[in-house]
This record gives sequence, structure tokens and C-alpha cells, in this order.
Amino acid sequence: MDVLSQLRHQLADYTNSLHRDGFLDDQFSQLQQLQDESSPDFAMEVVSLFFEDCQKLVTNMARALELQAVDFKQVDSSVHQLKGSSSSVGAARIKNLCVAFKTCCDSQNRDGCMRCLQEVNRECVLLKNKLQTLFRLEQQIISAGGSIPM
Amino acid sequence: MPVDCKLSIFRTSLPANWKMGKQNESSFHGLHSEWKSWRKLLVLLCILGGLAVGSIRFPLNFDGKDRVSDSCEGELVRHFNVSKSQLHALASLYSDSEKIASLECTKELGPGPSTTDRISCAMKLMCSKKQELMDEDETALQNSISDASSALVSMLVDNTLQTSATVVYAYASGMMERCWWMQASKEFPSVVYGYVFGTMKRCWWILAGVGCLCLSVNLIPLTTWWKKQFLTVFFCGGIALSFYTFWSGSREFHSRREETLASMCDERARMLQDQFNVSMNHVHALAILVSTFHHGKNPSAIDQKTFGEYAERTSFERPLTSGVAYALKVVHSEREQFEKQHGWRIKKMESDDQALVQDCIPEKLDPAPVQDEYAPVIFSQESVAHIVSIDMMSGKEDRENILRARASGKGVLTSPFKLLKSNNLGVVLTFAVYNVPLSPHATSEQRIEATVGYLGASYDVPSLVEKLLHQLASRQTIVVNVYDTTNASAPILMYGTDVAEDMSLFRASNLDFGDPMRKHEMHCRFKQKPPEPTSAIDSSTVILAIVLLVSYICNAAINKIEKVEEEFREMTQLKVRAEAADVAKSQFLATVSHEIRTPMNGVLGMLQMLMDTELNDKQIDYAETAHRSGTELISLINEVLDHAKIESGRLELEAVPFELRPVLDNVFSLFSGKSSEKGIELAIYVSDQVPQVVIGDPGRFRQIITNLVGNSVKFTHDKGHIFVSVHLADEVTISPVEVQDPVLKLSFGLAQDTSSKPYNTLSGSLVVNRWKSWEHFKILDRVDIGDSSTIRLLVTVEDTGVGIPVDAQSRIFTPFMQADSSTSRMYGGTGIGLSISKRLVDLMGGEIGFVSECDVGSTFSFTVCLRKGELSSLDAKGQHCDATPVEFRGSKALVIDQKCIRAEVTRYHLERLGISVHIASTLKAACCFLSGGVTSGASAPVGLSMILIDKDVWDEEKDVSVHRFLRDPSGNGIVEFEADLPKIILLATAIAPDERHELKLAGLIDDVLMKPLRLGGLMVCLQEALGSGKKSRVRRKKPTNLQNLLRGKHILVVDDNVVNRRVAQGALERYGAIVTCVCSGRAAVELLEPPHKFDACFMDRHMPEMDGFEATRHIRARETQINEQLASGEVSIEKYGNKPCWHTPIMAITADVIQATSEECRKCGMDDFVAKPFKEEQLYNAVARFFESSGQSG
Repeated sequence: MDVLSQLRHQLADYTNSLHRDGFLDDQFSQLQQLQDESSPDFAMEVVSLFFEDCQKLVTNMARALELQAVDFKQVDSSVHQLKGSSSSVGAARIKNLCVAFKTCCDSQNRDGCMRCLQEVNRECVLLKNKLQTLFRLEQQIISAGGSIPM
Repeated sequence: MPVDCKLSIFRTSLPANWKMGKQNESSFHGLHSEWKSWRKLLVLLCILGGLAVGSIRFPLNFDGKDRVSDSCEGELVRHFNVSKSQLHALASLYSDSEKIASLECTKELGPGPSTTDRISCAMKLMCSKKQELMDEDETALQNSISDASSALVSMLVDNTLQTSATVVYAYASGMMERCWWMQASKEFPSVVYGYVFGTMKRCWWILAGVGCLCLSVNLIPLTTWWKKQFLTVFFCGGIALSFYTFWSGSREFHSRREETLASMCDERARMLQDQFNVSMNHVHALAILVSTFHHGKNPSAIDQKTFGEYAERTSFERPLTSGVAYALKVVHSEREQFEKQHGWRIKKMESDDQALVQDCIPEKLDPAPVQDEYAPVIFSQESVAHIVSIDMMSGKEDRENILRARASGKGVLTSPFKLLKSNNLGVVLTFAVYNVPLSPHATSEQRIEATVGYLGASYDVPSLVEKLLHQLASRQTIVVNVYDTTNASAPILMYGTDVAEDMSLFRASNLDFGDPMRKHEMHCRFKQKPPEPTSAIDSSTVILAIVLLVSYICNAAINKIEKVEEEFREMTQLKVRAEAADVAKSQFLATVSHEIRTPMNGVLGMLQMLMDTELNDKQIDYAETAHRSGTELISLINEVLDHAKIESGRLELEAVPFELRPVLDNVFSLFSGKSSEKGIELAIYVSDQVPQVVIGDPGRFRQIITNLVGNSVKFTHDKGHIFVSVHLADEVTISPVEVQDPVLKLSFGLAQDTSSKPYNTLSGSLVVNRWKSWEHFKILDRVDIGDSSTIRLLVTVEDTGVGIPVDAQSRIFTPFMQADSSTSRMYGGTGIGLSISKRLVDLMGGEIGFVSECDVGSTFSFTVCLRKGELSSLDAKGQHCDATPVEFRGSKALVIDQKCIRAEVTRYHLERLGISVHIASTLKAACCFLSGGVTSGASAPVGLSMILIDKDVWDEEKDVSVHRFLRDPSGNGIVEFEADLPKIILLATAIAPDERHELKLAGLIDDVLMKPLRLGGLMVCLQEALGSGKKSRVRRKKPTNLQNLLRGKHILVVDDNVVNRRVAQGALERYGAIVTCVCSGRAAVELLEPPHKFDACFMDRHMPEMDGFEATRHIRARETQINEQLASGEVSIEKYGNKPCWHTPIMAITADVIQATSEECRKCGMDDFVAKPFKEEQLYNAVARFFESSGQSG
């Protein structure tokens, strides 16, 4: 078994595990399908955009929640944004977290919000690591001269 | 009786109003106000009644009073009886009122014992209805509860209304009757008036009280407690009044009795006195006679004989005297001389009180003792001749009398004493006789000096009184006693007995017998005990009865009102609760529908994706089934949502211009797959009277037709057809014989003649008579020419399905109700479609009806009111929808079809393309037509560009030569100019691909056109066949199609979320689109300012600053402005990129894909929406609408 097929196997396993554990959903697969010769790094681009966005939103929310008078409306809109982008990327767990987060916002539950925010932050980091691994695998396959199976 | 007829009027008028109330029962408040107005009316009636009575009463008081007072007793009793009967009538009236009310209530329901029964029966009805509905759905249950409650409340209110109305009416009518009665009896009007308002004058107070009570019960919004207090006060007051009446009546009676007694007594006393005085005067005259003729003459002209005779003969003048005598004054010195002169001695009276004793013999009496003076009787009436020679001075009484008489010069009386002869009490009257005339002022000494003698007369008092009483009437009624009361402490009874039954009343009248020293009195008493004061008893009883009656009535009314108000409150609460429950239900439905839809979209999306993965056949089958079920579930949820919306009245119909025919084509394209699978023929026909463009709600119109056609497809198996035809309602209002439209004519002809087989219908199957389906439409009877822009469309959907069983036909439009429960098992579906259709039709101002026969089929018809639109009124968006090509205009076609209706349908479609059509029913006829055309100079067939043959005809004719003839009518076999020859097109519902291929290869036909005929399909087919059109667009795989559609298109993506934006961009770029991204609505508005290069825009809904809707509104406003400028030529078309009309398709990108959102999107000018994240199929569907047509045109 050559390196390439081993890597491919590894990638497939890894992707499957991500799906299985609920980190990603089909939307991510669709994203991957969208990349072709003209935009080979489309998925990565989108994902990095997502994480930038994510970071920004998390910071925003953290700041908003630290204030004395929490502007839940603002937090809510941030959560909404995060939900939108996470569903676009296919980050299923973050999306689900966002739903819970939104409920907390609606009930103006500050502690709940803080807890959700922390969880979101953690999930983001976790997903980032996972995806980095994934992309590294892909890069390895490409650098090994193979193509990524879709 | 007037009462009866009035009552009957009342009976008839009340139910009428009641029915009116029933009509209004949906509006609860309307009813309540009506009840209020009724109350006012009743009070008005009551007041009017009072006024009417009062107006009669018052004039009466002025002119009838005198006559009133002396009403004869018999009359009174008579009229009293009348009044009693009236009261009875009144009482019975009230007791009847309950019956009346119930009668009225049960008029529709049949006989029922009482109102409560009726209510309970109604309740039962409602309950049973409720249960029925409960089986089906709770939606309907809520409705029925609210319906029931409002109906019940209205019924109860009506009921009370009737009861209180009857009560007040009974009162008023009683009064009225009395008035009428009075007017009617002209002979005794005063008596009647006198009775009613004289004896019952206190009743007036009662009537006033009743009026107040009625007022308080009906008008014044007092609490029940106050009403009861009022009633109690009234009741107590009435009782008190009754007792007072009795007391005052009896007092009056007594005083009157006393008066009577006094007057009678006085009258008797006066008469007695008069008689006595007359008699006394005569005695006086006798005295003067004696003085004149005895003392004035010398010798005396009178002796005993003369006097006796004279006195006897004139005794008639003194009927009460038993006798008169004359005594001479003799002093003692003259006694002897006197005794000698008369030859007898002066005798002494035997005892004091027996002066005029008859049976005593004077000779036996002792001579008078020596005294200063004597008064021996010298003359006497013969009846008392025995007292001659008796000295009157010797009797004590007489002596006193004599002394007083001569001193006063007047007649004086003795006290009564017993007369011996009659054993009666008598008095003696004594007059003094003077020898000289004395002046009236003479002193008593002068008188004594002048006295010469004394004249006495004895009076028999009892016989005097007896005689007097004999002369007077009603001597039986009173007892008369006469007393001498000179000694006040011991009155002496002169006449009568002391025995009287009634000692209570007593009257004493003074008697003056001319003697000032003596006093006499007459005492009168009634003989019998006083009779009972009947009039007082009667009138007080009447008042008591009235008070009791009215109190009872009012109490009953108040109780009833209280009860009804209580029930009313309960019902109101129930209603509020029911309404709240209804609202909650609707909200719940809406929320749940939304909530279900979102996860369902996920399910469906996943299923779609699952199906795209590698699956084995079994898995694919499962997935497909799941997907199909999910789709059905979504459509069901949409329907439920629609239903809830319509029910709550939140559904608003659009009024936009649209083209009717393409809408119908669209509906048919939905069902073409299913129908060709089943082998059912679908056909559509629109009458040429129907305008091209109408204004209405195309979506809802389409929904109705889709529902009906969907049902038809569902219930039609294997054979037959579904035929949709659209006519103007005016076309069928005229008599069937005059119908111009061929399809209508044919269907009518069919209804008349059902014998010929195969039936002359679309597919040859038997159908029901469609004329019957709109038979009951009211809209058809109405001829309103008023608004010419309003058109009424009549749409008929005819199928040859299983039909609806007769027993199920009545509930076919009830929601969630299918013909029978097995239907849903067999055919699926919820049965809500028809209900929604009906409601939509109602909303569009139309009616829906159907006629159905088992195993024959059903025909549904409905009418809708739409407005006529202008072609130009279609906005830019719609322009591409029906770009009827002009290339076929003026062409000619031959249609060969044995089914006239089908031929007409084909003709309709061809004529839409501007092709003129000739119809031949058989191939032979067609051949004739073709060859005839050839022989007659090639006028008709030349220019014939196509022949459309129905497959049935084609199959029937096995002779290939005929087929060949069509191909080559000239028969020379040389095909010189193939293009000029008519193209032969086969019309088929279903055709096997190989057969089609074979026929094509054989060159017999040019193309096969699959039914149902649609404009698009027909056009493409003709374009292909005639080679005039562009390349045919074969259906390719969608993604490729999407790529085709999007390639090179400039697309603007507006989203504030950078990730979403990137994903959308990536997705669209994959299909070759050139994507520009902006992150705010404002930027989008700037970029989309015409002229611009964008072909479409995807816009996120939620964006900060300016959201998608807002941005769209801005863009649309700008576009409209520029379009107007372009149209009016204000700006040159070049400046705006040579586009005559700007309308950039804008699609919303949204995460929550719910109907409401889509409607909202459309409302603000968006064309469509796509769900986030993009799905290929959805994206295709969304953009295809816009780019397909533009690709077609450019």
C-alpha cells in the first residue's frame, strides 16, 4: 500500500469521524464539492473566513456580555450571524450550540449566555484544530501528487 | 276580543323579529343591541299605554265627575264583575305567556312543552353536532362551541324578551281592552268611566306603581337586588294601600249612614213640630173664639152645647187633640155665686195626674177645697164632656200650666202623663183667655189681671207620632223615640221603645212645641245592624289582587331576567374562552406549522442528498417513499396553514393582473405526468369570451383549480378524462339552446341525448350532466350589468372518476371530511382541499357546486368574480410569461378527431397560436376535404401547414393508404417541396416510444404531440415540426441546465455574513456565473441603479442597516420610476442600455423557508426566495423561471 492511498484512507477515515462526531455536516461536503480547478482552495478559504468571522463575533459577544447592562439584542444578532455562517460552512456542532445560545439570549439569561459563549469558543478551537488536520492531510495528498477524492 | 286579535298580531310579529335575530346571531353584539332596543320598545309601549289611559282619564275627571258620584249600585256590581273577568283574563294571559313563548320557540322544532325544553333540545342538537365534529377535528369543535354558545345566548335572550314582552303586553293590553270596552259601550260610558276611575281611583296609584316597576325592570339598569327591593316596596305599599282603601271605604260608609240617619231624624222632628204647631194654632184660635163670643158678648153667645158641638165639628182641624175644654177663672169670692149660676159645685180633681179621666163621674168627685182661685171647666168638647165642673187648678200639673199660660200669654204644655182613656201618654196644652186685647209687651201682672179663663187641649203624643211616621217612607229602617227632656237628668219617654238592635248610631233632634219651658227631643236609631261595607271590601280586594298579580308577574320577570343574565354572563365567558381557545388554536397551528416545516425541510434535503448517494434499489425505494411522504406532509401543513388563515380571516387576496390561460397550462403541466401514467386524458378549454388578462389572485385561483383537478386525477382510474373548461358565467345564464360556445353546446346536447355510444365526450366515457352542477348558483340568477369591468368566470372540472356517494355529497365541503373514511385509506389525502377551495371561492365572491354519480364521475363547477384587465397592465415581470410567437399566425391546420369536444379543445389551443382550424371528424372526411381542396382549385388546402390527427382516429383506420393519402393528397407520390406539404402531427395521450419511432421512421408522421395540450408544448412541437423555430430545447439533466442557465450571468450577492457570501459566491461561480458580492443593502441599491449589468440578485433578508426587504423596495421604486420615464420618452432608451423595461430578478436568501416569508418576499417586490444554504435543485428552480425565458428571447 503506497503512501498516497494510505493518506487517502486516512483522510476518508478522518472525514468520516468528523461527520460521525457531528463536527461537520453535509454542507461541508457540498463546500468541498464546490472547489475545482478554478478555485482549488475554496473550502479552506471559506473555512478560514469562517474562523475569522467566528473569532470576531466571539470577541464581540464576550465584550457585550461583560458589560453591566448586557445588550442582548446585539448578542442575539451576533449569534444569528454565527449561526448563519456556521450552517453555511457545515459546522454542525457550532450551529446547534447557536440554537441553545439564542434561546439563552431570548430569555436574557446572562449566565447561560456566558456558558454558551465559552462552549462556542471551545468548539471553534476544537473545530479549527480538526479542520487544520484535515486540510493538512489534503495538502499532504496533493503534495504527494494525488488528488482529493470527492 | 280586541285582546285576542292584538295578541295574534303580537304572536306573528314577534317570531318575525326572532328570525331576524337568528340571522344576526353570528354577531353577538348585534343581538345584544337588538335586545336592548327591544327593551326600549317595550317600555315605550308601556308608557304609551299609560298615556292612552291617562288621556282618557283626565278629560273624564272634568266632565264626568258629577255623573260619576251617583252611580247606581246595580250598575256597579255589573261593572265590577266585568273588571273581575278582565283581571282573570290578565292572569290567564300571563300564565299563557309561557306557553306562547314556547309555542313561538317550538314553531320550527315541532311541539315542545316549554322553553327550557327547547333550549335543552337545542343544546342536545349542538352536542350531537359537536360530537360529530369531534370525531373529525378540534378546529371545527371550537367553531361549533362558539356557534352554539352564541346561538344559545341569543335564544335565551329572545326568550326573556318574549316573556317580559308578554308580561308588559298583558298589562298594556288589559288597559287597552278597558279603553276599547269603554269606547264600545256608548250607552253607559259615564257609568263605566265612573266605575273604572271612580271606585278604583286608588288603583291609579297601583298603575303608576306598575309603570314604575316595569320601567325599573326593563329600562333602568338596576341590579337585581335593587329590583327586588323595589318590588318588595311596591308589594308592601300595595298591601298597605289595600288596607287603607278598606279602612277609608268603611269609614265613608259609616259617615254616610250617619248622615242619612241625621237627615231622616231631622226631617221627622221638623214634621212633627209643624203638625203640632198647626194644631196648637187651632187651639189658640179656639181660645180667641171663646174670648170673643163668650166674654165679648153679653149675654154669652156660647153655652156648653154650642161649644161642644163646635169643638166636635172642628176637631178635624186638631187631629191630634183628644179633646178641648174651657175653664173659667173664678176667684173664691165669686165661687158661690158661680156655683149657683151654673147649678153645680166646683169639683176637685181626683188625682193630680188624671186630669182628663173620662170614666170618672164628676158627681162622685169631691167638691174642690177652698182656694184663692178656681178654674172650673164650663165648656168642653163632647168627647171630654165629663170634665165639666172640675176645677183645673186643683190638679198640680194643670195648675202650673194655667199659671204659666196666663203669665206668658202663650200656649204651654204639661209634662207627659198617661191618658186614662187611651192609656197613652199625653200632654195638655193650655191657653189663657183674656178679656181685653193685650199688647205683645204687656207684663205678666197685666196678663193675670186680664185673664178670664183658660182653654186646654189634651194631645195624644204616641198617636201623633204614629200618624206622622205613617206618612213617611222608610219607616221600617229607623226607630224613633220622643222624649221630654225638661228635666235633663230624667227624660220621660213619650213615644217608642227603648229596644233597638243597632245601638251604635244615634241621632237626637230637638223638638220645639212652642213652649219655652218644656224641652222635647226626638231620638232616632237604625232598626237593623249596618250591612257590610261591600264596596270597600271589593275595591280593596281588587287592589290586593292587582298588587299580588303584578308583584308575581314582576317577580317572575325579575327572576327570569336574573336567570337569563346569569346565563348570558356564563355564555359570554364561555364565548370569550372559546374565542381565546380558537385564537390559541390558530396560533398553535401557525406556530406548529412553521416549526414543523423547518425540520421537514431538513429531512427532505437530507433525503434528497441520500438519494444522490450510492444506494441499492431497495434503499432508493425507501428513500423515495420517505421523500414523497415528506413532500406530502409539507403540502398538508401548507394547506392546514391556509385553512387556519382563511378561517381567521387573515388571508388577503391579491388583485394583480394575470393571464388566465398560462395559469391553467401550468396547472396541467403539474398533472401531466400523473395523468399519462394513469392513461387519463387531460384537456383544457377556455371560451373565447373570456378575456386574456384578468385581475385577481392568480395563486389562489390556481390553487382552487389545482385542488379540483388533483382530486379528479386522484379519483379517476385508467379510463376517461379530466376536462377543465372556463366560460363566462353570462354564457350559461341564457337558455341552453342559444348557447354559442361549441363546448357548452355539445355538453348540453349530450345531456339531452345519452343513448348514443360511445358518448360524445372527450374520451367517450359517460359523464354527468355538467349543467346540473351550477343549477343552484345564485350568482347566475343575478343579472348585474352595473359594473362592466367585473367578469364572472365559470370553471368546470369534469372527470370520469369513481364519483361521490349520495350520502357523502352533503359533507363534501366540510374540512377533513372525505366521502368516507375508507377513501383516505385508498387514495390518501386529508380532505381539506375542497374545504379550502370552497372558502377561497367564497372569498372571491363566487360559488362552488358539483354533481356526481357513482361510477360515472363528478363535475365540479365554481364561479369567481374577477375584474377585466388590460394586456398592457401586465407588469414587466409577467411579460415573458406568455410571449405568444407570431410565427404561426395565419397558418391553417386540419384537425382530424371524431370527438367533437376534443376537436374543439385542439382548436382552442391552435387558435391561441393564431392558427385557423378546420375540423374533420374522420380520416375519410379529411381526405375529402384535402382532395376537394385540390380539385376545387387548391384554395383551402394550400397554405394548410399542418394536420393534427388524434391517435384514436389513427388507430381506428388500419388502412395505411389512407395514412399515405394524408401525407400526399395529390397522390403523385412525388414529394417535391417537402416544406410546403402539411406536417402531420399525431396527438396522443400515451404512446410507446418504439411505436412512435416506427411511425416517424415510416415517414407517416412528422411528430407526436403528447397530451395534455399546452401552449408551450404545442409551440415547441410545431416549431420543431415546421422548422421555423429555434433549436428545440430537450430536457437535459438539470445541473447542466443550471450551468447553462447561469453561465456568463452577472449575479449580485448581497449578504452581510462573509461566510455565507463566500459560499453563495462559490456555489454560483461553480455554475459559471460572474458573481459580485456586496455586504449591505445600501451597496446593493447603489449597484442596482439602472443601467447595470446584473441579471439577477440574491439578497439576504436579515442585514444590519438596511435589510433585504427595504433594499428591494428601494430598487423596485427606482426601477418603476425609470420605466415610467422610458415609457413616456423622457429619457432615451440608449441611456439605459437599450432595455425598454427594467426588472432585475431579486431572490431572497433565507434560512426559514415558510410560506409567510415567501408571501412577504413577494409583497415587497422580490421575485422568489431560495433557502440557505443553497441547494442545487432549489437554486435551479428559482433561477430557471427568470433565465429560461430570457435565454429563449435572447
